Amino acid sequence: MKPESRWSFARGLAICVAAAFAVLMIDGVLHVVMAQNPFGAPRPGGAEPQVGGIVGWLLTKQSEFYREMSSTIRAAKLDGSAVWTLLAISFAYGIFHAAGPGHGKAVIASYLVANQETARRGIVLSFASALMQSLVAVIIVGVCAWLLNATAQTMCSAEKVIEIASYALIAAFGARLVWTKGGGFIRALQQARPPQATPALALAVHHDHAGHGHDHHHHDHSHSHAHAAHHDHAHGHDDHGHDHVHDEHCGHSHGPEPSELAGPGGWRRGFGAIFAVGVRPCSGAILVLVFALAQGLFWAGIAATFVMGLGTAITVATIAVIAVSAKDLARRLSSGREGGGALIMRGLEFGAAGLVLLFGIGLLLGYLAAERVTCF
Amino acid sequence: MKGPEVKLPMRRLLGLLLLAAAFALGATAAQAHPHVWITASSEFIYAPDGSISGVRHAWTFDDMFSTYALQGIETKTKGVYSREELSSLAQTNVESLKEYGFFTFAKADGKKEKFQEPVDYFLEYKDAALTLHFTLMLKTPVKPRQLALEVFDPAFFIDFKYADKDPIRLVGAPAACQMKFERPNDGTANAQKLGEQNFMNGDNSNYGMMFANKITVDCP
Repeated sequence: MKPESRWSFARGLAICVAAAFAVLMIDGVLHVVMAQNPFGAPRPGGAEPQVGGIVGWLLTKQSEFYREMSSTIRAAKLDGSAVWTLLAISFAYGIFHAAGPGHGKAVIASYLVANQETARRGIVLSFASALMQSLVAVIIVGVCAWLLNATAQTMCSAEKVIEIASYALIAAFGARLVWTKGGGFIRALQQARPPQATPALALAVHHDHAGHGHDHHHHDHSHSHAHAAHHDHAHGHDDHGHDHVHDEHCGHSHGPEPSELAGPGGWRRGFGAIFAVGVRPCSGAILVLVFALAQGLFWAGIAATFVMGLGTAITVATIAVIAVSAKDLARRLSSGREGGGALIMRGLEFGAAGLVLLFGIGLLLGYLAAERVTCF
Repeated sequence: MKGPEVKLPMRRLLGLLLLAAAFALGATAAQAHPHVWITASSEFIYAPDGSISGVRHAWTFDDMFSTYALQGIETKTKGVYSREELSSLAQTNVESLKEYGFFTFAKADGKKEKFQEPVDYFLEYKDAALTLHFTLMLKTPVKPRQLALEVFDPAFFIDFKYADKDPIRLVGAPAACQMKFERPNDGTANAQKLGEQNFMNGDNSNYGMMFANKITVDCP
């Protein structure tokens, strides 16, 4: 079932992922530390504080693309073919903009880890939230600026209201996740306590019937949140005493298969996430749209906004797939690890759920600054 | 919990995921890229007794933001905006800037100085760009040996660049006063000094400090 070779393969994979992550993290953390320098200590070597590395490069690139947008829109007024340049720049900007740190993709990635989501669904959610962001930006500018000829101040007030609503939704969504995932985590904690929660369980249960029965009871609970079929199944066997088919279910402390979650309820949950994230438009898109409108090229601005969204979606989807793969890897590593493995998985989900809640509260209270709404 | 050979990679993975999350959480606060570009020039105003009484800024916004800010503003002649027609926008500008400490951070001999409400503020529209003029008077005029002024947005939503020509002028300063101006990333910037973040004002990130324009005036 689990020979050494599989184990070492999994370990190798883990190390690869770890290395890739570590490079990104160290780079990011270094820059954050360099930039923030909370203790006010002199920077080493008296070097001038430059923004370098991956994050710096991303920032420089998106800055360049963004600046080129206004001149390209102006050029498009005289020469229609410049619209193609505008679309290309917008697409590149979208990709680079989303690659930098931001709350939207952090919430989506955390949500995907908290729930046993498939990579496919992660991609769909990423595209849907980016599309929604673009749509909201177009609606705000279309209604406020184009239809009502409202001032930038009015538009900005609308943006602020939407922003607060978005953060509140993220917090509410996170609270709900914490509530559901907290139950699973606590049950996994209780379950991990008995001494038979070791790799030897699969063998031990065949001999130790008392311990077996005890174990059933807990497994029954730990699966109850996941899938109805599991629940009924486990319950039935619990009533009937020892059945070795049951061992196959309880012996592996994995969650439900990702495909099992893809029911209608699962999708509805997912849309909660994209709505909470996607309802807040990006400040950059609003500026570009208003500028295009003033140049009499509103349609070009709308096209640019959606292409920007497409670029964003590609990056967010990539991050989503990485998050789902990391979770899969964690599950594979912990499968067959009995109580401890389940505990780690439930703990991971609980932690991710807690992060969504923290993001929401942090954004709401202003501890976390998202991209500023252009109000002045 | 048994099986340390299992726990180690698991723990590492868990640690990584947490680190990833912490990174996303921490960095979210810090890093944006500029959406607004300002070309600035400033005047230091000195009183007859040689003490410094305030700073007069002129901030020219970029093309895109200028257009955005003018959205929905009614004018008599299309494309021409008088000072009066822009007065309510100027009012909004200075009121909103208060929240960010006017992106202007002053220190007299290392002591943080405060500004009064802005005065003499108005907007000017020329060559498709808006310029905001406003004057910040110090709460109490000071006569320090060294005055340090930094202009930047801690969140780096706004990129401040001082004009190439006459970026800073000292108006009525004693003849002995020496002005030194450091642009961000121009290679002459020194290592950040201790307690630098005292400049921080109101924002939870000092990421933009790397992009600070630093002006020092030494009056021996």
